[in-house]
Amino acid sequence: MATSKPRSFQEIILRLQTYWTSHGCAMMQPYDMEVGAGTFHPATTLRALGSNTWAACYVQPSRRPTDGRYGENPNRMQHYYQYQVLIKPSPPDLQDLYLGSLEAIGIEMDMHDIRFVEDDWESPTLGAWGLGWEVWCDGMEVSQFTYFQQVGGHDCKPVSGELTYGLERLAMYVLGVDHVMDMPFNDPDAPIHLKYGDVFKQTEQEYSRWNFDVADTDILLQHFKDAEAECKRILDQEHIDPKTGAKIIMAHPAYDQCIKASHLFNLLDARGVISVTERQAYIGRVRALAKACADAFVQTEAGGAAA
Amino acid sequence: MADLLLELFSEEIPARMQVRAAEDLKKLVTDALVDAGLTYASAAGFSTPRRLCLTVEGLLAESPNLREERKGPRVDAPEKALEGFLRGVGLTKDQLEVRDDKKGQTYYAIIEKAGRPAADIIAEVVPNVVRNFPWPKSMRWGAGTLRWVRPLHSILCILSAEDGAEVVNFDVDGIEAANLTAGHRFHAPEWFSVNSFDQYRAELKKSYVMLDASERADHIWEDAKNMAFAQGLEVVEDRGLLAEVSGLVEWPVVLMGDIAEDFVDLPVEVLQTSMKEHQKFFSVRNPKSGRIEKFITVANRETKDDGATILAGNQKVLFARLSDAKFFWENDLRVSLDDMAAKLSNVTFHNKLGTQAERIERIAALTAEIAPIVGADKELAVKAARVAKGDLSSEMVYEFPELQGIMGKYYAEKADLDQSIANACEMHYSPLGPSDDVPSEAVSVSVALADKIDTLAGFWAIDEKPTGSKDPFALRRAALGVIRLILENDIRLDFMSDNYSKNFYIFDDEYKKIVDVVANAKNIEKTIEDTPSILDQDLGWDTIKKAGLLYSKVDESRGQLSEVSEMIDKIREQNVEKHQNLLSFFHDRLKVYLRDKGISHDIIDACLAMPNNDDFVLLVKRAEALQAFVKTDDGTNLLQGFKRANNILTAEEKKDGVSYELDPEVKFAEDDAEKALFAALDGAQGATASAVKAEDFAAAMAAMASLRQPIDAFFEAVQVNSENQLVRRNRLCLLNRIRSVMGQVADFGSIEG
Repeated sequence: MATSKPRSFQEIILRLQTYWTSHGCAMMQPYDMEVGAGTFHPATTLRALGSNTWAACYVQPSRRPTDGRYGENPNRMQHYYQYQVLIKPSPPDLQDLYLGSLEAIGIEMDMHDIRFVEDDWESPTLGAWGLGWEVWCDGMEVSQFTYFQQVGGHDCKPVSGELTYGLERLAMYVLGVDHVMDMPFNDPDAPIHLKYGDVFKQTEQEYSRWNFDVADTDILLQHFKDAEAECKRILDQEHIDPKTGAKIIMAHPAYDQCIKASHLFNLLDARGVISVTERQAYIGRVRALAKACADAFVQTEAGGAAA
Repeated sequence: MADLLLELFSEEIPARMQVRAAEDLKKLVTDALVDAGLTYASAAGFSTPRRLCLTVEGLLAESPNLREERKGPRVDAPEKALEGFLRGVGLTKDQLEVRDDKKGQTYYAIIEKAGRPAADIIAEVVPNVVRNFPWPKSMRWGAGTLRWVRPLHSILCILSAEDGAEVVNFDVDGIEAANLTAGHRFHAPEWFSVNSFDQYRAELKKSYVMLDASERADHIWEDAKNMAFAQGLEVVEDRGLLAEVSGLVEWPVVLMGDIAEDFVDLPVEVLQTSMKEHQKFFSVRNPKSGRIEKFITVANRETKDDGATILAGNQKVLFARLSDAKFFWENDLRVSLDDMAAKLSNVTFHNKLGTQAERIERIAALTAEIAPIVGADKELAVKAARVAKGDLSSEMVYEFPELQGIMGKYYAEKADLDQSIANACEMHYSPLGPSDDVPSEAVSVSVALADKIDTLAGFWAIDEKPTGSKDPFALRRAALGVIRLILENDIRLDFMSDNYSKNFYIFDDEYKKIVDVVANAKNIEKTIEDTPSILDQDLGWDTIKKAGLLYSKVDESRGQLSEVSEMIDKIREQNVEKHQNLLSFFHDRLKVYLRDKGISHDIIDACLAMPNNDDFVLLVKRAEALQAFVKTDDGTNLLQGFKRANNILTAEEKKDGVSYELDPEVKFAEDDAEKALFAALDGAQGATASAVKAEDFAAAMAAMASLRQPIDAFFEAVQVNSENQLVRRNRLCLLNRIRSVMGQVADFGSIEG
């Protein structure tokens, strides 16, 4: 297999896309909402539910407001990319497939020490958990590997295998870059060469300031309440649409509101207005929405219910 | 005879579960085999990250034939009884035998079980063990329903004898047992066939797998030690880490790398913790300077560059990790410990016990009470109490909670606080366990005591006591800590005094109501004081309105206040009960503690019955002297004498329905031995009393020892139950005096033997 070294951040993404699509995954596009991780994409959260089979891969821009460092930290940012693979049911050779993807992005397997180190995954906001590992390459965590056991309070049957790559960190490692902002975004020999910092340094500064000091907490709080109310209202609708007479359960629109609530909670957290005790209560409120959405989704055709 | 080899080959098993799982596999399979009649000579379990293995040697080739007779109901018994019996033995009526018994004709069931080949039994046992394996956490995968710790890929199960090996045929959810296994994931992924344990183990070794976890651990430790030694350094021993790392590799390759010069000045604990927690590295120390200068990592493979790439990668990750640690360290040094402590007002300690900051204030107040008792400078001790938990809000402790206290010490030293305060930051958590060092510096001792007592009294106040095996707030450990601090530092603390009961009031809901009522009354009083006397004003509408409102409030407040005194009594009563209950908890811990020191529980009970039992130093002094005394000849005999006196007295008092508590009079003594006992008791009473007062329990015991001979002689010569009622009464009162004189020292009635 050609394992020449990739030359840029985007080449690593392209190679992952090529690799996983050639192994049968449908290439999704990033979800068009602010999320904290690739798992929030309905192509993972909702599709991990129910009995239907599924195979998807995609890049998901992810936002973690509390991780903002004004673009100064070598690898910590409030906005970054995750590469996500979800296959249901998890194939028996998923570990080998995964190792193949590392080879595809130019990691020489016989020179490195790849290890699967226990790491159980849990998302309190999604009411989800799974068992798996963080994958280490020479002591560095390069991916998260999880067999989903529960999502939104529902047992996963069949079980999905989920792979999550932290793209910047992985790419920095493969490209030998010490500071994320110095990483070539496109090819270094391109007529107009761009580094990661050319694209994101300024936005990191802007968002760090907004996230930490400027975001209007009253408005955010109101948005949180609105999203919560709207999510419940959507799910309270009759399943039969009075206009078309068809059964239309609006699991996805409701889930959008759940995603919104989750991100608004993260923003409020970054503004430091959520106390330790309140924290649990907020997480519980988001989880309640996620569960309600999961309950709705499994009643739909995509969720495995008989049409 | 045959040998069984079983291997369960899966995706990576968490390191912490492997050794236990290999033990469980051995026990569960061999127990089930023995239950089925298959005995064996020896068995051993092994584990690697990807496999659990069991070898059983000298196994019976088949189980023996079994014949069992079971007696059933009589022939004329009700039909129901027979039905139940048939169900129990799994036979039909015509298969039963009828025999003549003593009581008549009786049914007998003869159950015969033919021996079965070992393979058949194993084929039943193993799937059952696999399906019900006690993993701490297990999972499903793919579309299956089987649960295992991670996806199970293959099962090797063979029975081998001298004439060769055979696969035991069975399957578990589609995984068929075979004679195949694979080597190291990267070095030797090919499958190979297996025909015996020895060949399996040897072949695995050739395939870059060391089967035995202890062999891997030894290999790692030897290599690590040698590498460090070659450079004049030493590896910091860490058995837990060694065990964990042995569970992360099938083929350990030890590599040693450098720590960049930028970081060697970080506190050693920070370096060690960061390397261990994040990277599972061993620390390598320079024995001359005590500094951590290198690290050791263990890879799972060999490479053609002898690990150079792997080491470089690890070094780079470590650089990033330590940059973070250094960033935290430098940030923390910009904040004073006082400011760190102030931040704790936003942190909840327990939702019923307030914030960490409130807790610290209580601890500081208690420290002020305790400091003079333990001989600590009050000002230093209170200051120490205020800053000792400050590091809980530091960035470093947020990242590495296990560094609490240690970081506080560094921050206090960097801030040039008194060394006793810095030490208290670290030491006030101690002792954490029965073998942990107890602080001895007075400032540390006072904060450590205050911290633990506040915690205990707090959780007792809200009724969150440990129950059975549940002790989520480690209260038993805290109580033992208090006991060890007190005893090992010889501290005279009267635990039942009001100093230690404040939490019972602070966290009492009724008490909060009283505070409100009294505060309300106080406010009204103040309002009245601040209002110009209504008497001086004309009774216009405004004045009447104002006065009416004010007086009605006064009335309402009086009404509330009238209930307060009753509530106060009730609360006081309840809280004394809680306080007493907490004291009993301490006494229970003390019993455990003293039992380990060779003092038996009845001796402790005999001392607990004495006054001032909240003074643990006094209690232990008494118990030690008493334990030593009852072991002596005098002690044993005196105890017998006491029991005899006590038994007679108790029996007679019960019979007569009176207590013989009057002073006996020597003039009614008839016998010389009786008179001698009077004299001996007179002497012993005074000597014992003054010795007890001086807390010289050895002297008290010696004084009592002088009673042994006269008591023995008394019982030898004298019949207590004399015909003469006056003499009898006097003698019973004399026995009572033995009881009361000895009762000055301990409750001898509690002592066994």
